[in-house]
Amino acid sequence: MDFGFIFASAAGEIFSPTTAAYALAALGLAVHFGYSGLLNFGQAGFMAVGAYGFAISTLTFGVPFFLGLLIAITASAIFALLLGIPTLRLRADYLAIVTIAAAEIVRYIVTTNQLTSVTGSANGLAAFEGGFYAMNPFPEGSYFGMNNRDFFIRVIGWGLVVVCCTLVWLLMRSPWGRVLKGIREDENAVRSLGKNVYAYKMQALVIGGVLGALAGMVFTLPRGAVQPANYGTELTFFLYTCLLLGGLATVLGPVIGAMIFWVVLSLTQGILYGLIESGTITWLNTVQAGQLRYILVGVALMLLMIFRPQGVFGNKKELAFA
Amino acid sequence: MGAISATILAILLLAAPATQAASPAPTPSPSNQTFQNNISGFLRDDTRAPLADVTITAKKGDFTGTAKSSANGSWNIGVPEQGTYTVELDESTLPEGIKLAEGQENPREVTFSQTSNLSVIFAFGKGIVVQEQDFGQNLLNRLVAGLSFGLLLALASVGLSLIFGTTGLTNFAHGEMVTLGAVLVFAFNAAGLPFWLALILSLLGGALFGYAQDRGLWRPLRRRGTGLVPMMIVSIGLALAVRYVIQFYFGGATQQLPYAQSPEIQLGPVSISPNNLWSLGISAVVIALIGIVLLKTRLGKATRAVADNPALAAASGIDVDAVIRLVWITGGMLAALGGILWAYYRPGVTFDMGSAILLLIFAGVTLGGLGTVFGALIGSIIVGIFVELTTVFGLAADLKYVGALFIMIVVLLFRPQGILGRRERVG
Repeated sequence: MDFGFIFASAAGEIFSPTTAAYALAALGLAVHFGYSGLLNFGQAGFMAVGAYGFAISTLTFGVPFFLGLLIAITASAIFALLLGIPTLRLRADYLAIVTIAAAEIVRYIVTTNQLTSVTGSANGLAAFEGGFYAMNPFPEGSYFGMNNRDFFIRVIGWGLVVVCCTLVWLLMRSPWGRVLKGIREDENAVRSLGKNVYAYKMQALVIGGVLGALAGMVFTLPRGAVQPANYGTELTFFLYTCLLLGGLATVLGPVIGAMIFWVVLSLTQGILYGLIESGTITWLNTVQAGQLRYILVGVALMLLMIFRPQGVFGNKKELAFA
Repeated sequence: MGAISATILAILLLAAPATQAASPAPTPSPSNQTFQNNISGFLRDDTRAPLADVTITAKKGDFTGTAKSSANGSWNIGVPEQGTYTVELDESTLPEGIKLAEGQENPREVTFSQTSNLSVIFAFGKGIVVQEQDFGQNLLNRLVAGLSFGLLLALASVGLSLIFGTTGLTNFAHGEMVTLGAVLVFAFNAAGLPFWLALILSLLGGALFGYAQDRGLWRPLRRRGTGLVPMMIVSIGLALAVRYVIQFYFGGATQQLPYAQSPEIQLGPVSISPNNLWSLGISAVVIALIGIVLLKTRLGKATRAVADNPALAAASGIDVDAVIRLVWITGGMLAALGGILWAYYRPGVTFDMGSAILLLIFAGVTLGGLGTVFGALIGSIIVGIFVELTTVFGLAADLKYVGALFIMIVVLLFRPQGILGRRERVG
């Protein structure tokens, strides 16, 4: 078993574009759940809206990159508004059910055969990333062992993570952020101070949703394809695992959480596959090893929630629930 | 004349075993093992006799899959992905004297809807004319199918609603409890147990799973005073873990329970498969029993008291923990039964069959009003009928769940407490 290779590929996950996408989406969830107490189980839907909004506007309407980006962000903001109007006045578990249902509606709609000409149905869409890579300022060559395309998407993806983290950090220490945290702690107390709780919640939902849409684009650009199967409810649950790993009401927590999540997944895969290939483990095939990892994710989510709900970096006083 | 027909008969009798020997039954096409999606069906002539050795091809883009029907008339083509396929029956391979029914389209286009198994029926013989179903007929058939689907959803959602009512937990692992029922029947049956025993054992297995969950996980969490939102997230972790444990042992393929294929029968103006009819009857009887127990017995009264106010119930001498334990056991058993019926309704058993209808179960529960048992029943029936009826009114089959989820969101907009819920439950 080649430990060098296993550790190298696990370390490679730390700065992979997928990790950046997970970090961004989990940061959106931190805004929703960690800071505002909104139990959004539809982050996968926001990512799908971002990814499809960008891909469809590029492929069907042929718009340039930045207009496509703007359309995707606007679409996710509208999606957040549509979701927020019926649900933000309801209790947390209603919001959870409605958001997860809305995310599934998005997935069913982009999967249906009726819209194959626009969404590509189950096969999804591809070849929309040309406009993005055309802006690549890096000449061809090797950058830390990567080609210029891989390097460019990492720079953009992680640049975006840094910018968004800074923005969220600034927002949360502003008066606006204090009101939001107040809503999380006691909605009625904030209402009695004359604040429009509904409007604050809606703004938080839109901001977190836009972060989700950006994550959807970062997720889909390096693949050069967007497929509905990637945006199932499990994606949201993995994001919650990342968020809980790092810490709910923290800015860096989701980022670190996403890194830990992918490094652990990569390590367990490498080690399990290595043990199977070398014949040490015979009661497992490689397909089952893949499933074993997701069993571990589920168990980790349960254990985290039970024993360390504040995550690695979180503060127990800042939990969205008692 | 008589001699000639006797000779032909003799030749046919001689030929029949020979053709069967040539193709060992069943004849899986080599691709079947590698794909998770299947197009399958049974070939039977107008006297219901199976047709063997008929070649059928399915095409989509570059992909072409071929299968020959086996001695019992069944055929199965594994396909790499869902979507629309052109299925063609090679008429030259049909036995002599057998023809496709007039008006039977061949080749024809078929489309997957949600499930990974697609049944295609070809009608034979000149006696049968493929009916152009009129709208009213179709509506009635879908209505009955929707009722059957709604009642099986209700089995699961009544359990979910009872659990929510007594403990406050929104259990995302309920879908896996549904899957478990069907998977256990398949496993016990594959192990060689008789069908009835497999059914009983899997219901007991469902009950045991409910009990073990409460004993090993939820009761300790309640004792610790864990909040409802953390418990909800714990249930998500449990759902992920159980789903992949089932996939670990069961695999990703679609399996069929015994007697899964049944031809539709005509019952008055409605055509329905016997399986659906059984499902309808079983779930109606079981739900009626639950209703009677809840309304008429001391135990039911205690359950409703705990659901209403656990502290007050405990103060008036009700053993709250015992009631909750019983609710989990009942919920687990009902979910397992719902899963078995769902496996016949689709038809097929997969590791994610429960999570596929989890949101419909939620929709039923939310529509009726979270925590109200009879609301869950009514909500589920509405969802079931709505899902089936939307296809009659022109919605594509692969969008039929969207309508139900959408209606749930709309109802929450105007009546957030659901149909039977009380206002104060929402805040």
